[in-house]
Amino acid sequence: MSSGEASQPFNWSVGKHGSYFLQQLRDKRKIVGIKCPGCQRVYVPPRPVCGHCFKGLTLDDIIPVSDEGTVYVCTIVQFGFVDPSTGIQRPVPYTWAFVKLDGADTCLTHFLDSTDPEKVKVGARVKAVFEEKRTGNLMDIKHFAVL
Amino acid sequence: MGKRVAIVGFGQTYQRSSRKDVNGVELINEAVVTALADAELTIRDIDAIVIGNMDHFEGINYVDMWSAEGSGAVMKPVIKVCTGGTTGTTVAMCAYYHVASGMFDRVLAIGWEKNSESDTTGAIITAFHPVWERPTLGGAVAGLAIEASKYMHNYGATERDGARVAVRERLHALNNPYAHLHQEWMKGIPPEKLVDLIVGSEQNAMLAYPLRMSDMCPRTDGAAAVIFAAEGKAEKIAPVPAWVHATANRHNFVYAGDVDMDRNTTIAEASKAVFKKAGVKEPLKEIDVCELYLPYSYAGLKWIEDIGFCAYGEGPRLLWDGVTDMDGELPINPSGGVMSSNAIGATALIRVGEAALQVMGRAGARQVKGGDVNLAFATGFGGCYWGDIMLLGKKKPA
Repeated sequence: MSSGEASQPFNWSVGKHGSYFLQQLRDKRKIVGIKCPGCQRVYVPPRPVCGHCFKGLTLDDIIPVSDEGTVYVCTIVQFGFVDPSTGIQRPVPYTWAFVKLDGADTCLTHFLDSTDPEKVKVGARVKAVFEEKRTGNLMDIKHFAVL
Repeated sequence: MGKRVAIVGFGQTYQRSSRKDVNGVELINEAVVTALADAELTIRDIDAIVIGNMDHFEGINYVDMWSAEGSGAVMKPVIKVCTGGTTGTTVAMCAYYHVASGMFDRVLAIGWEKNSESDTTGAIITAFHPVWERPTLGGAVAGLAIEASKYMHNYGATERDGARVAVRERLHALNNPYAHLHQEWMKGIPPEKLVDLIVGSEQNAMLAYPLRMSDMCPRTDGAAAVIFAAEGKAEKIAPVPAWVHATANRHNFVYAGDVDMDRNTTIAEASKAVFKKAGVKEPLKEIDVCELYLPYSYAGLKWIEDIGFCAYGEGPRLLWDGVTDMDGELPINPSGGVMSSNAIGATALIRVGEAALQVMGRAGARQVKGGDVNLAFATGFGGCYWGDIMLLGKKKPA
């Protein structure tokens, strides 16, 4: 089966918190998280419940985080596979990294701009690179650049 | 407190890369018929059925319904559970709860998968958040490679350490006729030499750094069935029933970016709960054999630390000292483990079934300790690093 030309009839809600995150990306090139007043954990992307405290988090709990951070874990994906979201083969190699943004306790999962094993390392410092034309999608961050 | 429960029968298909000779229902039936024969029971003796697989893998939903004839579920209570990689252990836990509740005497747990009919990587990606995670996720291989990157960073582990785990699993698989991978060329070559050959091989393609072909489990077709029975019935069915001493599971987060990659916290906490319940104080000494869901090599270093078999960072030492080999103090995966066969929905149930065989002293060429196994420890593992544990024992639990 191939879905290259097919459209997918799915619409996913990201909720109020997720929408605010995407609006900030699109309109201001800013990344926000949410801080639980109970345990002080800062989650990125923001979500309406702190799983640790089971406390409801409101839009008032949203705080800015840095667009710079540290690579927490990473890999260089080299095997080819069909991306189920697009039906198109994902271009490889690419770097998949979990970026712990300064001020955040959880990681944003994204691409790095490099597949050089010397640069793609746990602990590497990285900075978000935004798309010129942004549409309100996580991919408004084009990738993270290794500093 | 519920009733005491034991495993009294186990059946599995031969695990192979592609079983085109059978469809899913027929594959399930093979395992069920084998398990019933193993316990010398008929399907009429079975009170209820729990079944599971990765239900989006084959692109077919409602496995409990469409497999009813093969599973033996016609006009019986049947429940489907699907918890990703842990499906097999969750099926086992669910069957155990059915019996422990006192509501059923004999329950059949079934796990199966036909990976050859699926796009495993594509299917796994759809298990993750469509907006935040799917655009970048590289399936299971990449999802495990990131953990390896952290373990290597934290403890200076090397590709050789990972390869040593792979060598153990593939050498053990040579004793298991049901295993998918039989790397006959490895026979008679010492583990250290095999590690050199694997790490130095140009054919050993890099999949997602640091994981190469040799570091990953295969994609497998296969099914398994385990029969649980209540105290009073179990002793009459099996000469040596494998008693369930304790079981536990833990989940943590929704998003992969939330997961603590320094430790496998769910496996750690579930292990603690099981040891506490069973009164195990020194796991390395007291546990006789393990069947661990290790889907990639470095898990065999890190997760044994999380279980509590050794201190953090000491996993590689246990490996290289041979502690976890067939003749070591704590043999791990005498079956060859997940790295030798991975029919995903069956995989974790096979861990439970193989652990039961060890307790029963019926594991054939892969039997450890001359059949004198008092405690066997089995795990399941799921994609966002969650864990299921089941501890089986020869003595009836207190």
